[in-house]
Order: sequence, then structure tokens, then C-alpha cells
Amino acid sequence: MLRLVVTRLLGGVFVLFVVATVSFFLLRAAPGGPFASERVVPEAVQRNIEERYHLNDPLWQQYVTHLSRMATLDFGHSMKRQRTVNEMIADHAPHSLRLGLMAIVFAALFGTVLGVTAAAKRNSATDYTLMVVALLGISIPSFVLGPMFIRWFSLDLGWFPPARAEGFEGYVLPALVLGMIYAGTVARLARAGVLDTMSQDYVRTARAKGLAERVVVWKHALRLGVIPVITYLGPATAALISGSFVIEKIFQIPGLGYYFVDSVVSRDYPVLTGLLVFYVAFLVVLNLVVDILYGVIDPRTRDAR
Amino acid sequence: MSAGGKGASLKMEIVRSPWRDAWRRLRKNRMSVVMGAIFFAVVLFCFLGPIVAGWFGLDATTIRIDLGATAPSLAHPFGTDLLGRDMLVRTMVGGRIAIMVAFTATIIALFIGVTWGAIAAYAGGRVDYVMMRVVDALYGFPTIVFVIVVMAVFDTKSIVVLFALIGGISWLNMARQTRGQVLSLRHREFVEAARATGCGPARVLFRHIVPNALGVIIVAATASLPSVMLTEAFLSFLGLGVQAPLASWGTLVSEGSSQISVYAWVLIAPGVVMGITIMALNFLGDGLRDALDPQTRKD
Repeated sequence: MLRLVVTRLLGGVFVLFVVATVSFFLLRAAPGGPFASERVVPEAVQRNIEERYHLNDPLWQQYVTHLSRMATLDFGHSMKRQRTVNEMIADHAPHSLRLGLMAIVFAALFGTVLGVTAAAKRNSATDYTLMVVALLGISIPSFVLGPMFIRWFSLDLGWFPPARAEGFEGYVLPALVLGMIYAGTVARLARAGVLDTMSQDYVRTARAKGLAERVVVWKHALRLGVIPVITYLGPATAALISGSFVIEKIFQIPGLGYYFVDSVVSRDYPVLTGLLVFYVAFLVVLNLVVDILYGVIDPRTRDAR
Repeated sequence: MSAGGKGASLKMEIVRSPWRDAWRRLRKNRMSVVMGAIFFAVVLFCFLGPIVAGWFGLDATTIRIDLGATAPSLAHPFGTDLLGRDMLVRTMVGGRIAIMVAFTATIIALFIGVTWGAIAAYAGGRVDYVMMRVVDALYGFPTIVFVIVVMAVFDTKSIVVLFALIGGISWLNMARQTRGQVLSLRHREFVEAARATGCGPARVLFRHIVPNALGVIIVAATASLPSVMLTEAFLSFLGLGVQAPLASWGTLVSEGSSQISVYAWVLIAPGVVMGITIMALNFLGDGLRDALDPQTRKD
């Protein structure tokens, strides 16, 4: 177990190094810097700006500074706003985290219940209906569903605030919309996973003991059957991050995704690279947690690795 | 040696070839047939629709400020947008771009993924390990973020770059599927036979093994079509994908979403057509998988 954690951590550090390097050179190779505006700036001002952001240092020196900063989690100062990137993360990450957590919890719970119910009644009308519902959830893009939900649930029915809302009920609609696609995928994975385990010996043993079918499915088959769901949660979170860009735009949530897209458009280099490295670091840690969870749920994989 | 070509044509003459079996299974799956027909109808709608609409004097670009946003009517079945442009034809034309992006990007992804997966499996050992770790790493990474960064940083309006970038991030599943299939094929007798007749590794791999993995590859390609289409719409929604004067479903939905409180139809027209298309492709992908790859059926 310890070896697994260590190798994965080393791999994660390597990935972070690659991302920091690629993003650094990509941005330096880009035409048009953040201060390349139409407005003519006095030469002294221009020199001061370049001095401040070390734009005149040799490239390798900028690169070394960049890497050492990233390694100490110091993402620098925004070029467009009067704030440091670390402050922006501290202020806005909680909004995104809350949105993402609610979405993933909804997707995991709703999807698993849907999928396992379908598996328990396989090849029945219930099964087919549930799977069609899941596929519908996968097919409707969040940026179509989001505005429609605002129209129906906020403007027409008045159940939820339409946008820019604080508090739990302000996050219900965005989390539902964000989680919908993943709920559909989770449902399909859970159904396939549970059906797979149904033919295993230990499930037959459970049946032979005379346990009720309900217990066999929801307790015994479910435990191994949800492993594909857990492995999916890693990539799903990666996808949730990009999904949140759109959702935060639609629902006007002041989360990190909103500022990431903004930094892309305004070429705010430090924010762009800082958030990129932050996102990847987050995912590396998350994938590690998923790997450990994997071992806890299925003891057989602990020694095999 | 033309063993690959001749073998394939010979196989088609046998009555119960795997391909025929698959076709039969697909046709028996009523849902897939219906969904396939729907997708075909959407393609016709988008590519021939604007021509037909032209006969009725409708096009995507005529601006009629005097008209403004009007609700669906006989003259404009999907309504008009803020500038008085006909939403029916705009939806059709947007679909052309969306469908073209989906197919082009999928072909690019197919090319990268199949090559990657096949080489990994055939080389085996350390090469395989490293190549598949790369796939794993990318799989847990929000690759779309990189597309966003590249699109914005190079400030490109080129739709070809968009095709290439989306294709460049969509090959992971294809690589995995191909690898799995090649792994199970590479020790079969026909591979030995090909090698015995003096075929080099590249020829054995791409003329003898990969054609036999075609079923799995087709399934993976169909499965990636809807997600590629979503990726394009997603980027266009953020204003980083298809650029004006071109418009795709993503850009149309983006325009519509800002007016949802007043002119809902501007969003609903392209949104619903896009949803239907993606749903049809998803169902079709499922049906193809069941037909071509019976081992993975879960019942």
C-alpha cells in the first residue's frame, strides 16, 4: 500500500512538472502578450512593467523562477486584477468545490440507485425505461439544460433563484445540471458492474445462504459492482472541472472556472498557469485517494499491485 | 502479399460472415434502427435542408431588424433571432458545422488512437507500459482545458485547428480498445502465417491484425462521435470554438442562453436538434456495440 502511494505521488509530481513546463513555453510562444494593447504606453512604464514581471530576463531564468515558484505553491500576481493568484484560489475555489461536490454526490447516488435498480430487474420494462432515462441524461448538453432549467424552475415556477445566489438552494439547479451527464454514465456503469458480479461465486454463496434477493443485490453484488463507478469518479471529476466553466457562466457563480475562462480570454499568464497547475495538482491528489479507496473496498486488489 | 485484401473479400462471400451476423443483429435491435434513421434524417435536414428552405425564400444570413425576435410561425417554423434571422435555417447550417467537426475530429482521433493502441499492444513489454501510462495520465486530466488554452493563446479562427485539437484529445478510448483487441489477436495463427511469409512488423500489424480489430474500432469511433460533438459545442459555447461568421449549434445555443428569459425558442431550436442528434448517436453506438462485439453484452 505504501509503495502504491509513493509511486503514484512521484508520478503525480512528474505530471505536474510536465504541465508547468508545457504551459510556460506555450504561453511564451504565443503571439501578443498581456500588455500588448492598442494603447501607446510611455517607454518608462513599459520598462517598469517588464521589470516587474521579469519579462526581460533570459528565458531559462524565467523558466527556473517559474518552476521554483510553482514548487512552493506561489502562483504569483495577476496581471489584470489587483490580487495574487493564491488569493483568487482562496476566494473562489470554495464556490467551485461546493458546486462540484454537490454535483458528484448527486451523480454518484442517483446514478448508482438507478443502475442497481435496473440490474436487479434486468431485461424488464423497468430496466429499459431506466436505461433510456440514463442515456437521455447523457445526451442533453448541460449548456442547453441549464438555461432551460432556469427558465422553468426559476422564472416560471419560482422554486429556485435563477443566478448569482448564495446558500444551498442557489446551488441546487447548477449542481443538478452539472451532475446529470455523470449520473447517466454512473447508472450505466453500476448496472454493468452489478450484472458482472451477479455471476460470481460469492454472490451464489449469498443466495445459497437463503438471503433475500434484495440483500444479495444491494449488499453483496453492489460492493464489487460499484468498483467501475469508483474508478470513473477520477476522470469524472476531471470532466466536472471543465463542465463547471460552462455552469458557472450560465448561473453566474463566482467560482474558479469563471476566472479561468476569463484569464484565457484576457491572456493573464500567471492566473492561467497558476490555475492550470492547481487543477492538475488537485486531480493528482484526488486520483490517489480513488486508488486508496479502491483497495479499501476490494481487499483482493491490495496485494495484487 | 495481398493476403489482407483477398482474405476480406473471400470472407464476405461466406453466407454467415461475422459482418453479416452483426448487420442482422443490428437490424433486429429496433431501437438502433430507429435511432440510425433519426441520425440520417438530421444529416439530410442539415445538408439538404437549407437548399429546400431557399425555395421558400429562407436563408441563414438575411437580417431583418424590423422583424426582430419572433416566435415560431408558419413563415419561420423555428422563429427568428434578435436580428430577425430565420432560426430554422440557422439551425440547419449550424448542424453542418457540428456534424463536420464531429466526423473530421473522430477520424483524426481514430488515426492516432488506433496507431497508438496497436503499436503498444504489438510491441508489448516496457513500450506498452509507458504508452498506456501516458493514456492513463491523460485520461485523468481535463484535456479540454489544454484545447481552451491553445485556442485562446494562438488566437486562431481556423476551424482546421479546432478539428485537429478536438481529434487530438479524443483518441484515448480508441487506443485502449484497439490495444485490448490487438493483444488478443497477436498470437493467433493467421498472424504467425503472415510473419512466416515474410511480412515485416508494420505490415503484420496494420494489414493483418488491425483489419481484424475493425469491429471494436468501429464501435469506439461511433461512441466517440457524440462526445466529440459535445466538445465542439462546449468550446463554441464559451466563445473559443467555431468563430463568426461561421456558426455551430454551440454558438447558437450560446446566443440563445442569454435570451432564455424572453425568447426561449432561440435556444430551444438548436438545443433540441443537437440533443436529438447526440441521443441518436449514443443509442446507435450502443446498438453497434451489441451487434459487433457480442462478448461485451451484459445480459
